Amino acid sequence: MNLPELKIGDSMEGKDLMMGNHAFVEGAIAAGCRFFAGYPITPQNEVPERMSWRMPEIGGVFMQMEDELASIAAVIGASAAGAKACTSTSGPGFCLMQECISWAVGIELPLVISDVQRTGPSSGIVSLPHHSDVMQAHYGGNGDYVLPTYAPSSCQELFDLAIDAFNTAEIYRTPVIFLSDAWLGQLYEVVKFPTPEELEKRVIPRRIAEGNPQTYIPFTRKDKKTGEFIITPTYQLGTVYMPFWVPSVSHNPMGLPIEGDTMQQDEIPSYALVEALNDKILNNEEKIVQTEELYLDDADVVIVCYGMPGRSAKGAVRELRKEGIKVGLLRFKTVWPFPTKKMTEVAQTVKKIVVPEMNWGQLFVEIDRYAAKEGAKAWLLRQISKLHEPSEIVAKVKEVLAQ
Amino acid sequence: MTYVRPPEERPPHPMGKLTMSAKMIGQPIHIFCRGCGYGSIAQNFCRLFAEENLDATKYPFFVGVGCNSALPTILPGYSFMTLHGRTVCTATGAKLVRPELKPICIAGDGDLLSIGTNHFVQGCRRNIDMLTVLLNNRVYGMTGGQCAPTTPTGAKTSTTKWGYLETPFNAVELARVAGATFIARWTVANPRQYINTWKRALKHKGFSFVEIISTCPTYFGRFNDFPEPVDLFRWIKNSAVSVKKAADMDPEELKERIVVGELYEEQKPELTELYYELVEKVRGKRE
Repeated sequence: MNLPELKIGDSMEGKDLMMGNHAFVEGAIAAGCRFFAGYPITPQNEVPERMSWRMPEIGGVFMQMEDELASIAAVIGASAAGAKACTSTSGPGFCLMQECISWAVGIELPLVISDVQRTGPSSGIVSLPHHSDVMQAHYGGNGDYVLPTYAPSSCQELFDLAIDAFNTAEIYRTPVIFLSDAWLGQLYEVVKFPTPEELEKRVIPRRIAEGNPQTYIPFTRKDKKTGEFIITPTYQLGTVYMPFWVPSVSHNPMGLPIEGDTMQQDEIPSYALVEALNDKILNNEEKIVQTEELYLDDADVVIVCYGMPGRSAKGAVRELRKEGIKVGLLRFKTVWPFPTKKMTEVAQTVKKIVVPEMNWGQLFVEIDRYAAKEGAKAWLLRQISKLHEPSEIVAKVKEVLAQ
Repeated sequence: MTYVRPPEERPPHPMGKLTMSAKMIGQPIHIFCRGCGYGSIAQNFCRLFAEENLDATKYPFFVGVGCNSALPTILPGYSFMTLHGRTVCTATGAKLVRPELKPICIAGDGDLLSIGTNHFVQGCRRNIDMLTVLLNNRVYGMTGGQCAPTTPTGAKTSTTKWGYLETPFNAVELARVAGATFIARWTVANPRQYINTWKRALKHKGFSFVEIISTCPTYFGRFNDFPEPVDLFRWIKNSAVSVKKAADMDPEELKERIVVGELYEEQKPELTELYYELVEKVRGKRE
């Protein structure tokens, strides 16, 4: 039996009124996802529920595992066997997955982890949103790495960015985090699906190695002349394009375990590994980062946000513009790698920044850091378990302008 | 740790093509202690592959973390080293995506019976087609000889100076109640027997579980009055008793003994087959 191939007819066409969690599922399927393993946790239950009947329909595999540890491990196994794979969870489950996410980073396997965030800490409130895992997405696991992280704010974006997330995972051979939240996951909106022709252009398939397997280098390495990182096609179980040993310990590009002082080399090999894992993402910041901008040309104050607060911020901007107040909007569709270039650009022209965040100020730390470098000042507008009212943001902007 | 370069004058090893390319560039051939049973187990995997003429791409190894994670330097074919305890669930993902594979999971006792017990039990229950080999040396060897869930009651380890208080796991019984469909146990003293069992297990459709009681002279032996590796080896060999003999023995007497042999076999529907049958059915209905 062959590995299920992506068939264009398998994805949905036209448009449909859809729940956010379902839109993510359709996005994943459109992107070519053929393996899903998950564990029930509110508020993402609609994802495995839909996957459980969609996957057999398209010839993929759905598996409900015994816990989140096993879910992500199975996803890693499936990805190593050549399938595009994803899992979905919420805050507490995301913590459990960190161990294997760190592992997937180390062995450079493409996969997507959807985190439908809920209120924390601890078991928290299962049905209310809280963007509490923004920092965890970056700094959650052991080791030292950065993962491309998406933060959609509408059902259409859940669909579209899901495709982009799978593409990013394939291009850079890395796990990708997809940060949704409890309200976005339960939100119903109209989602437009691309036509099969459009989809064919958008989806990047899994790259398969070719040529002599003896010369196949399984892991990313730095080209010493150009300084660029060469990301080779992913190895695959069941084929000869597989290192003899895929070690979960630190390894060199050939896949041989390394220890700093045992190899007589110019550089420390573990330094080269961490450099490759980080810089293959960071050097491509401009290609990964996606933002939405509104009225930035003449703004006196700018609202910087991501995810659901982007919706209230848009309302606030519309209201303030009606009143004649010059306010702009910068919304990050990807939070990691942090959009340093975009943020610096904005901070150079606009000196007052309002950051509505659905947490105690996680991405604010980074935003403030880049704003301060350009002499701009940032104000945080916190909210937990509740979306900001546009009026709150309006009031804050006015208060900031008065200062 | 000794680094051994392969001798240049000797003719190439018959398993040369399958063994790890790392050997060729002077990586350590193994890191096992003097008298450790794991080296022979790894070597016997090479024998298994050579005797059965197995296609290495179809039989990937999934090794855990512990002393068993050093096996891939010797193992034939391709090894996927997982995290501590996550062997069976990782292999589950690979097997479901590529039903033509037959994963061979190799895990230690701490790996499979402590941190990964849940995954092991669920794997048995699912009856997914793979071979799981438990290398049971009764301690955590890699980390310095701490007590494991398989340490005999009263044994001294790095963390139980005055003797282990708990009751050890009987992995075979655990696999049996969890629903594994092929169960066997051997010791390192029966290499030919366990190779033959592996051969049968690879032909078995379903979750096969083979436990191999091994030695750890460095930690288990040293702490428990087995000064030489061979003492521990003899003790394990002498306490083993075959299933046939065990049938006539007194249960009280058996408590101190290790029952070895092919203990259980049954035919049950296998998960991957069931799943792909379901896929065919669902897709048929749709079209």
